[in-house]
Amino acid sequence: MSQSFSAVKNSGAAPAAGRGRLLERKRSGGRYMGMALLSLVGFAAAEAVSLAVPDAQGVDDTVYRFLLAGLILLYAGIAVFSWFDEKRRARFLSRVSFRFAMGLLLAVWDLLSTKTGILPLPFFPGPSQVTAVFQDDFAFLLSNTFYSLRLFFFGFFSGVVLGVGTGILIGWFAKVNYWVFPALKLTGVIPAVAWMPFALTVFPTSFLAGVFLIAICAWFPVAFMTAQGMASTHKVYFEVAKTLGAKQSYLLFHVALPNAVPQIFTGISTADGLAFTTLVVSEMMGAKGGLGYYINWAKAWSSYYKVYAAIIIMAVLFSLIMKAITLIQKRLLVWQRGIVK
Amino acid sequence: MSSENLIEISSVSRTYVRTDENEVEALKNISLSVRKGEFLSIIGPSGCGKTTLLRLIAGLDRPEAGKITLEGREITAPGPQRGYVFQQGSLFPWLTVEKNIASGLKARGVYQEHKGDVARFIDLIGLNGFEKSYPHQISGGMAQRVAIARALINRPAALLLDEPMGALDAFTRADLQDKLLELWEKNGTTMILVTHDVDEAVYLSDRIVIMTPRPGQISEILDVGLSRPRNRGTEEFMALRGKILQKLHLASSVPQPEYVI
Repeated sequence: MSQSFSAVKNSGAAPAAGRGRLLERKRSGGRYMGMALLSLVGFAAAEAVSLAVPDAQGVDDTVYRFLLAGLILLYAGIAVFSWFDEKRRARFLSRVSFRFAMGLLLAVWDLLSTKTGILPLPFFPGPSQVTAVFQDDFAFLLSNTFYSLRLFFFGFFSGVVLGVGTGILIGWFAKVNYWVFPALKLTGVIPAVAWMPFALTVFPTSFLAGVFLIAICAWFPVAFMTAQGMASTHKVYFEVAKTLGAKQSYLLFHVALPNAVPQIFTGISTADGLAFTTLVVSEMMGAKGGLGYYINWAKAWSSYYKVYAAIIIMAVLFSLIMKAITLIQKRLLVWQRGIVK
Repeated sequence: MSSENLIEISSVSRTYVRTDENEVEALKNISLSVRKGEFLSIIGPSGCGKTTLLRLIAGLDRPEAGKITLEGREITAPGPQRGYVFQQGSLFPWLTVEKNIASGLKARGVYQEHKGDVARFIDLIGLNGFEKSYPHQISGGMAQRVAIARALINRPAALLLDEPMGALDAFTRADLQDKLLELWEKNGTTMILVTHDVDEAVYLSDRIVIMTPRPGQISEILDVGLSRPRNRGTEEFMALRGKILQKLHLASSVPQPEYVI
């Protein structure tokens, strides 16, 4: 009785809800356009400041102005592209305030430095002076960026592979666990850069020494989390596999290891952050190239605007690497979606 | 030993040490023959050792005294001749429905030869369209069907079911019971079902083993003798159900401290 009643009530409410949604959509369309504009206004203000206010420091503004124009075009393009999809729209809207503030911040920074000189040189260059480096020093910056990338990938990759390998041995074989795990715990807490004097003497090139240091710092968290992930496998999965006729190798590679993948990625994320630090420190101290080396070199010439330029490249580069790792993680852990928030 | 018996359990005992360091006789001197192709249920209150007995048959646990044989050979370790379905949550969460079922074959390393069986078993358990779903995306009843298919794909001599429907709601449970009967009739696999649901035992079984706790022992083995398909509403069904309930009630009427192993 009550069921049929509620069904009638529902069918009556449906068209009204549909009309409401349509109205809401129209209203949200107007709001969306307003917000999209707001997202560009910040950068437009920065561009206006750069164009209209005279320079006090006599800096070449060309690259900075092109960059701002590029950002405005980019976000306008994204705004139009997101228009057609409900989810993309919501995501775009959620970032509007931040982009607006970012544009304003650039305008204020420009005003305080290049335009008025309130922030003193050489320690606080303006945004246009920093971005000009990307053009003036393009080739040298690029070669150092590639040096860093190469060092990072060789070091990080071998560290992760070694870490997973060690973790499997510790997590699976009681004897290895007994002998190696304490050693891992002891050496793992040592910051990798402490091995630098040793690395520089033992390895023939500073590049290999860097690879060694980065591999060491990635190795510990990955090994630790792999072992822990394997140890946390629920007993029932092993029992199921055994009643299905599984041998030891199946239990290891098809039960314990897949079970450990979420923890392995926790280890990899931790290792990632540590590896960035080790990368820059090792380049600053021993290497013949790389962004860390570039920073040191620029500092020696008191070219602080170049230091900032290198820092910006690092921020972008490391964010991209982290993003790539997250994407791989999402891909491998599809099965977790919905279980873990 | 008669030739039609698949599993022989002779004078098996198993003791556990509880966390408070007292010993519990989970099973004391159990003897039982399981006939080839029959549907056997083991029923009893919690703590009567019915799950322990099933784990011993599976080889997941070893008896302290006595022995268990399958077709004359002693059971010493788990193996694919005795499929096992756990109460719940035993599917590998990182594998899809399809791959969970295939894992039965892959664990034995015979996937290439029997690939085609996977689709057949998905069809058999009625989960077409859910092949690519992950365990957390399907209902508890579906998950148990997958667990059953995963065990059956190895064509075991016996399927051991440890309260596989214990965590399901009444409708899903009735549905799965019929599915189980269908699979049994199609495959001819010997079924050993541990349950605490009298209705379920009477509906499904050829024979019902009633166990009593402290120490875990067999108090009686009943022949059900009802024709199939069975109807839960008939007088004979109700009479048998009442009889078993009464026996279980008598069995647990002696006041005892509660514990669960």
